[in-house]
Amino acid sequence: MVAQHNQPGSTDQSLIRNFCIIAHIDHGKSTVADRILQLSGIVPEREMRDRFLDRMDIEQERGITIKSQAVRVPWTFDGTEYTLGMIDTPGHVDFTYEVSRALAACEGAVLLVDATQGIEAQTLSNLYMAIDHNLTIIPVLNKIDLPSAEPDKHAEEIAGLIGCEPSDVLRVSGKTGEGVSDLLDQIVMEVPAPQGDPDAAARALIFDSVYDSYRGIVTYIRMVDGELHDREKVHMMGIGMTHDPIEIGVISPDMTRTKALGAGEVGYIITGAKDVSQSKVGDTLTSALKPATEPLPGYRDPKPMVYSGLFPIDNAQFPELRDALDKLKLNDAALVYTPETSVALGFGFRCGFLGLLHMEIVSERLSREFGLDLIQTAPNVTYEVTSEDGTEHHVTNPSEFPDGKIKKIVEPMVAADIITPKEFIGAVMDLCQENRGQMGTMEYISADRVEMHYRIPLAEIVFDFFDQLKSRTKGYASLDYHEDGEQSADLVKVDILIQGDKVDAFSAIVHRDKAYSYGVMMTKKLRELIPRQQFEIPIQAAIGSRIIARENIRALRKDVLAKCYGGDITRKRKLLEKQKAGKKRMKMLGHVEVPQEAFIAALSTGDGSNDRDTKDKIRAAQKTEG
Amino acid sequence: MPFEVYIHVPFCLRRCGYCDFNTYTAVDLGAGASRGNYANKVIREMELMREWQDAHGIDEPPASTVFFGGGTPTILSADDLVAMLDAIRRIWGLAPGAEITTEANPDTVNEYTINRLAEGGFTRVSFGMQSAVPHVLDTLDRTHTPENVEAGVRAADKAGLRSSVDLIYGAPGESLDDWRTSVETAIGLGVNHISAYALTVEPTTKMGRRIAAGTLPKPDDDDEAAKYEIADDLFSKAGLEWYEVSNWARPGYESRHNLGYWRNVDWAGFGPGAHSHYNAHAESTGVPGMNALRAWDIAHPRMWATTINEGRVPWGGSEEIAPDENLEELIMLGLRIREGLDLNRINQAIASAAGADSNGSSRLNPIDPSRLGTMVDEGLVTLTQGSGDAGAAGVRVVPTRKGRLLNDAVIERFFELAGI
Repeated sequence: MVAQHNQPGSTDQSLIRNFCIIAHIDHGKSTVADRILQLSGIVPEREMRDRFLDRMDIEQERGITIKSQAVRVPWTFDGTEYTLGMIDTPGHVDFTYEVSRALAACEGAVLLVDATQGIEAQTLSNLYMAIDHNLTIIPVLNKIDLPSAEPDKHAEEIAGLIGCEPSDVLRVSGKTGEGVSDLLDQIVMEVPAPQGDPDAAARALIFDSVYDSYRGIVTYIRMVDGELHDREKVHMMGIGMTHDPIEIGVISPDMTRTKALGAGEVGYIITGAKDVSQSKVGDTLTSALKPATEPLPGYRDPKPMVYSGLFPIDNAQFPELRDALDKLKLNDAALVYTPETSVALGFGFRCGFLGLLHMEIVSERLSREFGLDLIQTAPNVTYEVTSEDGTEHHVTNPSEFPDGKIKKIVEPMVAADIITPKEFIGAVMDLCQENRGQMGTMEYISADRVEMHYRIPLAEIVFDFFDQLKSRTKGYASLDYHEDGEQSADLVKVDILIQGDKVDAFSAIVHRDKAYSYGVMMTKKLRELIPRQQFEIPIQAAIGSRIIARENIRALRKDVLAKCYGGDITRKRKLLEKQKAGKKRMKMLGHVEVPQEAFIAALSTGDGSNDRDTKDKIRAAQKTEG
Repeated sequence: MPFEVYIHVPFCLRRCGYCDFNTYTAVDLGAGASRGNYANKVIREMELMREWQDAHGIDEPPASTVFFGGGTPTILSADDLVAMLDAIRRIWGLAPGAEITTEANPDTVNEYTINRLAEGGFTRVSFGMQSAVPHVLDTLDRTHTPENVEAGVRAADKAGLRSSVDLIYGAPGESLDDWRTSVETAIGLGVNHISAYALTVEPTTKMGRRIAAGTLPKPDDDDEAAKYEIADDLFSKAGLEWYEVSNWARPGYESRHNLGYWRNVDWAGFGPGAHSHYNAHAESTGVPGMNALRAWDIAHPRMWATTINEGRVPWGGSEEIAPDENLEELIMLGLRIREGLDLNRINQAIASAAGADSNGSSRLNPIDPSRLGTMVDEGLVTLTQGSGDAGAAGVRVVPTRKGRLLNDAVIERFFELAGI
């Protein structure tokens, strides 16, 4: 370990450089961050573990960083020791707000782009956000060691985007370490020192907050003005709570307790907060004794954009699901959930998420960390529905959709930015059009890649837009979106009936033009997925009382083992026992046994919409409208 | 409790594309497991088995039935088959009027063989006819012709042996008319017993691989159901009544050996992969609460023969059948046969399985005939008042044709009723 001169709480702002790294998933941010820790000497070589900064298992496996952290890194340039605050930002669209707070904690941003891939939509959107925050951008191409790297091409692309010379784009390899020390020098030279008032009342921006099972809530802060001392009571200005700090410190690279944190410094504080909702990202922390008068700008409560029902397959697991959600909530202020009862699926929770990735991560953690077997219903957005009699309904679940005549339905919209190689422009336009997208502008970001701007209903995005985008562009296109107001639309609720009974878990709110194809596809898909049973099973799709599509699962006629002699008996008995166990995983809807896959199928439209039978049935469905 | 003997002969001239039985086309599989020496190995195994039975206090009566299956038993000489039968006679004895059957491939039998078998004490031959339609036989890789079968049946008639033929339906490319032709041809042979099996595609067979690859169409359940109904209609019209899901016979000509399996009797199996079943563990040892036992011979002939050479019963594995498992087997076997499921016997088995549950938490409950009304209404079963084993009148549950076709579903419903 290198002895450090600059001590927390007494480091002059002129020696501090706070920066973050903006990069797309897989573009090597964590590897470069690892190299920086190693070069600075704070992580001995032998302790170096890949992706030191990503702590959660899921993050390591998925290669994405959900929770940002802040590391204090010493770096000597031209004989002077500087203190770098490296803030790790989340890289995904669902965590835009968290990214914006992390950016607000920095003066500079390293734009890290994979030299084999070029820039992606989410990176671009975060880059624009960094430019909006007046951050100094240091462009860097990573993975130059790879044979498929095209640094010249992508340097030009980046230069065109941020208005620099291609030769200003640094070239590094996180894997070999090449160029990383030049990058650190560049950060010292280019990124401005913090400009807070060290003598003013303390103000610190909370840019992250995590639950640690040993320490409780750990809140990451960037001191803007003044200083905070050990054991000084703190006040959260946004939510209006006061806490006794148990510890303040810096991360370098482990949590290290300090006496104080001064203006411009990045560190952490541990308070008695019970869960992260008592210590919210974006809030301003000040001294309770000498409080600041004005909070820092930009605080807002995270608002769920996407809702979905989570139900244990075995209803006896409901209390376990509740406990698991309570635990996740400790670490995830954006997760909201309320108990829900479904006729088909029993007791569960209606959960609100920031977006699709957030939803996926939560359900994956529930099954992986808590061993829960869950059915997740198709995600939907929130609608403001006005009935003809003027009553208003806030609909987060198709079952809340009012019966009878509807006067008006308002749905949330997003602005979507899609970057794609130019050969897929047509495919992307088709996809956006099919999903009710209104085209905005389109720019070439390089000779062969374009950025397309659309305004699309969020409901279309949360269905299977992203999967479709990836499959229609061979995986090359990338997507970013953010809220962009709302619009009124002609939406209807499509119900699915099995043996004449409505199955609430399959109901969906869709645009009238798509209702017919949704009904046809769902009934066809369920016919495939529900095994034949002793009786005929009609499957229907309906809008209100009007049936728009119908399929029939014919009665099972044969279910018998032809030969059962002496040598077959054990095997046959075991097979029957296995079938019995398999049935436990089926949901009984009336008399009908429905496998889990049927509920998962409702999550995507899938392929096969072009066969003749489907087209005929959609046409027939459209004719039902009188 | 009757005692039966099964002998497996694991040799074939060639392997058929649909077959996943334990059979080999090589002449010599090593360690003495060769076609020429096979009978000697089996006889040695019988002696070892008898020693094991004696050591465990299992005292079986003379065998009431013997069945030679395969593979192709008639690939061995008739003298070898008779020698094995003689050994059974010596070791356990044969009950008066014992039923002695061999399976026969129509290719591999001739009049001489049949006569020799009849002299040696065989009473029955079961021919693997499969189909009367050449293109279906071809799909099934069968080398015989419909004429071979007829010649075999005639020879058996002449020698005073009963005969049966096996048919397979549902082969890829077989039409309903093809199947009708096969059924009518089989009936036309004048046999007293016919088995008809839906083709079961095993993924590990050549046919299974071709179907998985999409080069052969997959058998269709509805088609097979239609063919089952055709067979059941035509057979019963010809006086052959169903007595098990896949078996039809003129009354009195049922395969007693196979009925034994469905009645869950004791049997000893010899030859690679053959299964044995001892119900009567507890009865013959006098030790109450002892479970039934099922064991199976080592499947590979060389390993099997090596173990016999070392003087050990060549079992590759065994399972003790716990009372609740025994109950499951009684239900699934009893629901296959026309004599039906004896509710008294089932409820006794339920009581004894519930009693065997040491922590007393058994959820098993006896089946009250009044709870069977739904299944009767659905046309899956009928109830008959028969005379129970102990002479007391007991209700028997007999599957209808629909109940035979949906046999697994009926079994599951009974499991539910019994609380399994």
